[in-house]
Amino acid sequence: MNGNLRDLYQEVILDHQRNPRNFRVIPQADRATDGHNPLCGDKLTIYVKLADHVVRDVSFQGVGCAISMASASLMTEHLKGKSIDEIEDLFDSFHAMLTAEMNGVQDFDSLGKLRVFEGVRQFPVRVKCATLPWHTLRAAVEGSGKTVSTE
Amino acid sequence: MRTATDISHSRRGGTPAGFDVGRVREQFPILGQTVRGKPLVYLDSAGTAQKPQAVIDAICRFYSSDCSNIHRGVHQLAERATRAYEEARLKVQRFLGARELREIVFVRGATEAINLVAQSYGAEHFRPGDEIVVSALEHHSNIVPWQMVCRQKGSVLRVVPVDDEGQLVLDDYERLLGPRTRLVAVTHASNVLGTVTPARELVDLAHERGVPVLLDGAQAAPHRPVDVAELDCDFYAFSGHKLYGPNGIGVLYGKAELLESMRPYQGGGGMIRSVTFDETTYDRPPGKFEAGTPHIAGAVGLAAAIDFVEELRWEPIAEYEHELLSHATDALSAVPGLRLLGTAADKVAILSFVLDGVHPHDVGTILDAQGIATRTGHHCAQPLAERFGVPATSRVSLAFYNTHEEIDSLARALKTVSEVFH
Repeated sequence: MNGNLRDLYQEVILDHQRNPRNFRVIPQADRATDGHNPLCGDKLTIYVKLADHVVRDVSFQGVGCAISMASASLMTEHLKGKSIDEIEDLFDSFHAMLTAEMNGVQDFDSLGKLRVFEGVRQFPVRVKCATLPWHTLRAAVEGSGKTVSTE
Repeated sequence: MRTATDISHSRRGGTPAGFDVGRVREQFPILGQTVRGKPLVYLDSAGTAQKPQAVIDAICRFYSSDCSNIHRGVHQLAERATRAYEEARLKVQRFLGARELREIVFVRGATEAINLVAQSYGAEHFRPGDEIVVSALEHHSNIVPWQMVCRQKGSVLRVVPVDDEGQLVLDDYERLLGPRTRLVAVTHASNVLGTVTPARELVDLAHERGVPVLLDGAQAAPHRPVDVAELDCDFYAFSGHKLYGPNGIGVLYGKAELLESMRPYQGGGGMIRSVTFDETTYDRPPGKFEAGTPHIAGAVGLAAAIDFVEELRWEPIAEYEHELLSHATDALSAVPGLRLLGTAADKVAILSFVLDGVHPHDVGTILDAQGIATRTGHHCAQPLAERFGVPATSRVSLAFYNTHEEIDSLARALKTVSEVFH
């Protein structure tokens, strides 16, 4: 496997793909939102339980590629206990890490473990895979209730 | 490393007599490059076929020396451009075995050809409750235009199912042909599974009931000779870019009497006899269906592509592609955890597969990292993917410029995929 591929398919990502965390339904979820990438067929549902603008529980179910499934899994781990405002900042940082021109000043420390997705930047067609769970989550916390589509 | 597939290849021996793949490859400049540091292995010809130098040169020559609008000029360049465009039509007529020149309409591609028939023939003849028969093999381009016209006219789409091998179930097809059937629109070859449909039989069964048939030839025309007179189909659609020609040019063949009776698809210049603000009389086919300045350079490029294929000759092409297909079928079948979809007896060189535990999108990325271009997804045939219970597949589509060695590279690369994920 060459370097770029190793950056993309890091062991943490493969681990979360094999054993996704929080892969379950939250029966009393406040929000459940569907996300769909019609180009590759990825489909997932994000469940969120909120209290006082803070995520008390978040989970997902769905089918998709390793990147989208691992992204959803790591996202749910990372977001428990975060406020809606914090989530908005994390979304922006995550998106910037995958898409923005590197200018050396961006600080992605807040992303913690989520930095394993930095390698996706080298595969522009795969950025949507990594961001689909995040777009879906954002729609869930905003309560729009609409299915999110990458297209 | 020598693998089982390498051995089976060397046992198979070289290429068929009369087909020198090395010489063929030299004529496709794009194939000589490296991608991500590896020699490009292009296995996405059903997406678009690469173009031989002769096609690139023909387009370049047209723009360099003959460029003009057609039909309306008295000057020398207009005459040359018109001649080149109409000679391209003549070439397509012979290529398809059409009886008359007016049966060949230039369009943007197979998609536009089908939309033309749907919005001209369909919108005129379909009534509420009428039925249009398509199959479960169809590309979205042979589903959506019919859905659109059905919605306009209150007609209904009926779908011929496929069996587990990916072949149309003919008994069901016959049952679906009823008193309300107004048109059959089926593919000549599946873009996902490679299945070649029994087109002549489908046409005969429909004609026994007075139903016209459109064949979507986008994937068949690049792989085998098409004879519309022999098929007796009423419409045939194909795209130039899948036949080693340029993008943006395609062909609708229609039987003369049908095209004559049909109303125009678009209005504009080039399709009229006379225009007043009260009334317009239309040109006859094919001009009636070619409003506006057509893709003249595209037609010229398509003619060059047809010359290229005909110089290679269909018989060695078909024989060589058949060898590639059976080698690829063996090589892929030998990959642990790989399931091939579509195992029809008669196929063009297209293979769809899923790999146990690995999403096609990941397969595509890992292959790409090794310079191997494949396609992943539902391939614009979502109902077919659903029929086989998969959200997406990986697709390998071969052309006569592919080699046995490339297939071996693919098989080796697929083993890397399994290593990454297990």
